[in-house]
Amino acid sequence: MLVGLPVAGLLFRTPWSRIGEIAAGDVSVTALRLSLVVATTAALISFATGFPLAWILARGSFRGKALVRAVVVLPLVMPPVVAGVGLLAAFGRHGIVGSWLYDWFGVQITFTTWAAVLAATFVSFPLAVLALEAGIRGLDVRLEDAASTLGATRWYVLRRVTVPMLGPQIAAALVLSWARALGEFGATITFAGNLQGRTQTLPLAVFERLQADPDAAFALSTLLIALALAVIFALRGRFLG
Amino acid sequence: MDVGLARGGFVARAAFEAEAGETVALLGPNGAGKSTVVLAIAGLLPPVEGTIVLDHLVLDDAAAGARVPPEERPIGVVFQDLLLFPNLTALENVAFALRARGAPRRQARERADGLLRRLGVSARAHARPRDLSGGEAQRVALARALAAEPSLLLLDEPLSALDVSTRGRIRHQLRRELTGFPGVRVLVTHDPIEAMTLADRMVLLEAGRVTQVGTPDEIRSAPRSAYAADLVGVNFLVGRLEPLARGGGRLATTEGDVVVPWPDDVEPGTDGVIGLLRPADVVLHADRPEGSARNVLRGRVEAIDLEGERARVRLSSAPPIVAEITLGSLERLGIAEGIPLWASFKAVEVEILPP
Repeated sequence: MLVGLPVAGLLFRTPWSRIGEIAAGDVSVTALRLSLVVATTAALISFATGFPLAWILARGSFRGKALVRAVVVLPLVMPPVVAGVGLLAAFGRHGIVGSWLYDWFGVQITFTTWAAVLAATFVSFPLAVLALEAGIRGLDVRLEDAASTLGATRWYVLRRVTVPMLGPQIAAALVLSWARALGEFGATITFAGNLQGRTQTLPLAVFERLQADPDAAFALSTLLIALALAVIFALRGRFLG
Repeated sequence: MDVGLARGGFVARAAFEAEAGETVALLGPNGAGKSTVVLAIAGLLPPVEGTIVLDHLVLDDAAAGARVPPEERPIGVVFQDLLLFPNLTALENVAFALRARGAPRRQARERADGLLRRLGVSARAHARPRDLSGGEAQRVALARALAAEPSLLLLDEPLSALDVSTRGRIRHQLRRELTGFPGVRVLVTHDPIEAMTLADRMVLLEAGRVTQVGTPDEIRSAPRSAYAADLVGVNFLVGRLEPLARGGGRLATTEGDVVVPWPDDVEPGTDGVIGLLRPADVVLHADRPEGSARNVLRGRVEAIDLEGERARVRLSSAPPIVAEITLGSLERLGIAEGIPLWASFKAVEVEILPP
């Protein structure tokens, strides 16, 4: 009920006769394109940086591992707006890293698409790490041992044995972090702002439209859900069988 | 090859040698440290002390801290649970070692295909491991271990995962492959039949210690521990197999004949057929027994070994037979050294292994 009713409500309120026009509108197309770029980039960064970390968490043994894992999952339990404030404090114009970047390179991250990517990565990263860590834990280490007795170097084992066997978990990590990044709102609007064409992703566009043109907000929401479902199903069929 | 392997603390301390062209079986009960030895030879578990040397190449020298990583050891391993790569086909599994060492794809595949054909599983080349039967998977694992032409072939319980009907066939094939393999063969097993039928020499490992080394014949004639006696106490009959008109066959050994079941895959008149008879399946009688057992032998008691509640009685029959009976039966039959007795066993109790 809790899941079904809002979705049903959305479908009910969506102005189906206008949906084409709204979806094809300038604001929508720009926001949609930006959302896809931001979510995809964030998912790829989360995967690339999450994989080594997941590996260390799954296989390594070192002091403070519990602490590292706690820090990694923190963004999951943190209110996104707090995440945005945190990102501001770090990478903002006056942040601890941001001020340095600005003074030395004249680079400002806030209010750029990179800020939106950073915000989306921040919240989606834990999902990628958790999915990959579970996958790596589930691997039979002895298969990698067997591969090494067949003359495979560590790198070859990783490429030909480990990663192929992790296929479903890699797909899950990408889908989960992509979907999370696609829906990100709080951290993005706080850290990156709401600039059309640069940081206004689809959820931000929905929020803005809700005031001026509620019908458009409903239509865009439906579009967002359809998009997420489409990607999840496409990847499910391919990897999760 | 000259292996002196030691692992400190509890686990295992095993030293033995094996020559090229020889199959050495490392035989011991579960928990004796056999798998530890396999891991150590394969390079997956560094020894705490001692050395492993293969063809003058020092693989491990704990004292000097020298160690050849597993991927650089010329060793092919058939693991107990095979560990075939689930995401690769049978052919790709076999080609893996060649590809890992940089062979071009086509060349690796041709060689892999040749190996699969030799082992009779080329029809399954494109199947994934989960779709292979136990016997097929076993042969693919053997092909994979052989692919890179290692100088040591290491087999960990190669037949234990198979059902009885498949086991005989694969054992036959395994023996042929072992004989054709030019390097050192090390077989690790808890199954004395596997060891006796495949190995030239046996190394008995008990609780992490080598308790006896010798040919199967040597160990059979002079077992040095209760475990050894138990293991090799199996009656081992070798001879020519002829069919009998009444069904079944006659296994003619140099010391006498026994009636055995007829196996499917042996030509009449084959020499070197092995018959295995467990001592517990032999019944002893004071008088000539009536009944359906097709093997009835007569002989004098040569030796009696007491082992807990059981006694092993060696009879000078033709062929000589060892029976295992309870202490109660021993007393009831009044068995003592030198007295004449009858022994009987059913033909079907003899397990036949083709040469």
